[in-house]
Amino acid sequence: MAARGVPAEACVGQVVLPGDVLLLPAHPDEDAERLRLGASAAPRGRLLCGPGLRRSGAGLLVTKCGLLRHRQAGGGAAAGGAFWVDSQQKRYVPVKGDHVIGIVTAKAGDVFKVDVGGSEQASLSYLAFEGATKRNRPNVQVGDLIYGQFLVANKDMEPEMVCIDSSGRASGMGVIGQDGFLFKVSLGLIRKLLAPKCEIIQELSQLYPFELVLGMNGRIWVKAKTVQQTLIIVNILEACEYMTAEQRKQALAKLSGN
Amino acid sequence: MKETPLSNCERRFLLRAVQERKRLDGRQCYDYRNVRISFGADYGCCIVELGKTRVLGQVSCELVPPKPNRATEGILFFNLELSPMAAPAFEPGRQSELLVKLNRLIERCLRNSKCIDTESLCVVAGEKVWQIRVDLHLLNHDGNIIDAASIAGIVALCHFRRPDVSVQGEEVTVYTPEERDPVPLSIHHMPVCVSFAFFQQGTYLLVDPSEREERVMDGLLVIAMNKHREICTIQSSGGIMLLKDQVLRCSKITAVKVAEITELIQKALENDQKVRKEGGKFGFAESIPNQKITAFKMERAAVDTKDVEEQAEEIITKADPPSEVFTKPILHTRGTAQIGEGIENAWGDLEESEREEAAEEEGETDATAFECQKMEMEDTSIMNETEKDEPIVLSDSEEEEVVILEPQDTPKKTRTQTNLKQENTSKKTFNKKRKKKRATH
Repeated sequence: MAARGVPAEACVGQVVLPGDVLLLPAHPDEDAERLRLGASAAPRGRLLCGPGLRRSGAGLLVTKCGLLRHRQAGGGAAAGGAFWVDSQQKRYVPVKGDHVIGIVTAKAGDVFKVDVGGSEQASLSYLAFEGATKRNRPNVQVGDLIYGQFLVANKDMEPEMVCIDSSGRASGMGVIGQDGFLFKVSLGLIRKLLAPKCEIIQELSQLYPFELVLGMNGRIWVKAKTVQQTLIIVNILEACEYMTAEQRKQALAKLSGN
Repeated sequence: MKETPLSNCERRFLLRAVQERKRLDGRQCYDYRNVRISFGADYGCCIVELGKTRVLGQVSCELVPPKPNRATEGILFFNLELSPMAAPAFEPGRQSELLVKLNRLIERCLRNSKCIDTESLCVVAGEKVWQIRVDLHLLNHDGNIIDAASIAGIVALCHFRRPDVSVQGEEVTVYTPEERDPVPLSIHHMPVCVSFAFFQQGTYLLVDPSEREERVMDGLLVIAMNKHREICTIQSSGGIMLLKDQVLRCSKITAVKVAEITELIQKALENDQKVRKEGGKFGFAESIPNQKITAFKMERAAVDTKDVEEQAEEIITKADPPSEVFTKPILHTRGTAQIGEGIENAWGDLEESEREEAAEEEGETDATAFECQKMEMEDTSIMNETEKDEPIVLSDSEEEEVVILEPQDTPKKTRTQTNLKQENTSKKTFNKKRKKKRATH
């Protein structure tokens, strides 16, 4: 089956395994042509091949096990739709544009070294903060938490982080406050939490006010009014990995009842 | 890989939580995490879980000449290993400071407390004694390795059975489990370690620290005790000054915890014994629950089974006819078998004279492969008794030649407990056995 390949659309939402070959939709020849020519010559936009997939010949080769996902054609870069594999892993690999939480491990000249959980530490220039100039340095200590995004993330290069967007604004990024607690969950759970209208977050927000920062590298920072409240959020989020929706609702109902 | 650094905010939060007498997992200061003990299908194999910390213990034995200054005492050997599987910061094959410290503590806790009667391990004074080897592997690290390892060590030793031996004049006979039931080790008492973490120069005290609590603690006190309230080892590290009544309080807490843990160990051992006797299911596959990840839940897909038979028929008719089935594998040497008449394989090439000997053992299969795996494949628990005499049957194999290999290391260590049996010669002199052992390796 794997050798011949199956149509990619038939597999959407199914488990795929490394080595499976997926055939591209509708007109394979045309699609292959389009992929080769790229965006400029594409009449209907190009198809994006997301994480866990690799192009092989006219089809896609699966490189991770997980559920195959598909997004319908829309505007922007993925005008021809996108395929990717939702896999369950804990190991983070830096991706350009990802928002992550890092821990400053060293100050080396004019860059900070930041641990993001990847194979290598990321570098963060002291100028990459909002309003930072050569004279006005940001106040960052070793051991501080940084919320930033990747500017450079290639496989053979040291990743580089910034805490400003393209217009020079912080837009939420920067050094995270001294209080609160940091913990790790799997990357799959983070993606689930970051999905728009995530049920877990909505249910939690009805308990009591708290602050939450989610990093794509699996790190979550939580701060509530008291230590007790922070610990409750931490434990619920950690348990979400193994709880079904009903179990979670029961647990939350018990909490809000108290 | 480098250890993930601890951020300032985690440190501050943990210390604040300690001051407010709160812990990450909702425990009280003096609470122990849940201890779970599960046994493998083999004797002397167990996994101990202390919260998320997991240690695998495996005991094996071997006949060796004793140490010259202790001619009538068996040898106990402990080895704890920290692999990168447990935490990425652990490097394989490196004697880190932590590892040396833990190994030393395990030895002091289990060997120097004389909990195992080493004299009963003597077979022939000055010539042959049993060497008992306890391998402890850390499978997951979430703090308090020493407690989990000490429990795993003593549980594995209690669970272990060594082959029975008899001495008649010069001749030493080692019996297989089929001939005579293996005998348990004689254990005088069960020492168990309990760790205490101290914060702020001993102001706050936590029992059974988790990995993060260990990283912010000021000092650690480990007390090993048995249920008779005898202290077997006590060690304080981290360089804090403890007051006399602090130590006394810790020893009182230890006594309570040790009593609980000992009771749990005994209950677990009894349960396992009962299940084995009744012929129920045992082994890791049975006893370790699997955690299901719900983050990506997939709906169960209905499978159309209407025309399965026709499809199967079709596939069978289309496919090439299967090659001849060989039901009698030829066993060249232990662990190397040949099925069919392909090219003779070069594994374990024997000399002519030894080949004859090996041929005698034809049809005999090896049971040293980790028995858990077998448990998964076969649900019958009587397997243990029967499987050793069954030939390997690969009835629907399409390959012409199937070579069954097994890791050569395992049988070496566990040789004595999973003894090969001879169908024709029920008893064998000890010397002959030694010779054979050399020949196969």
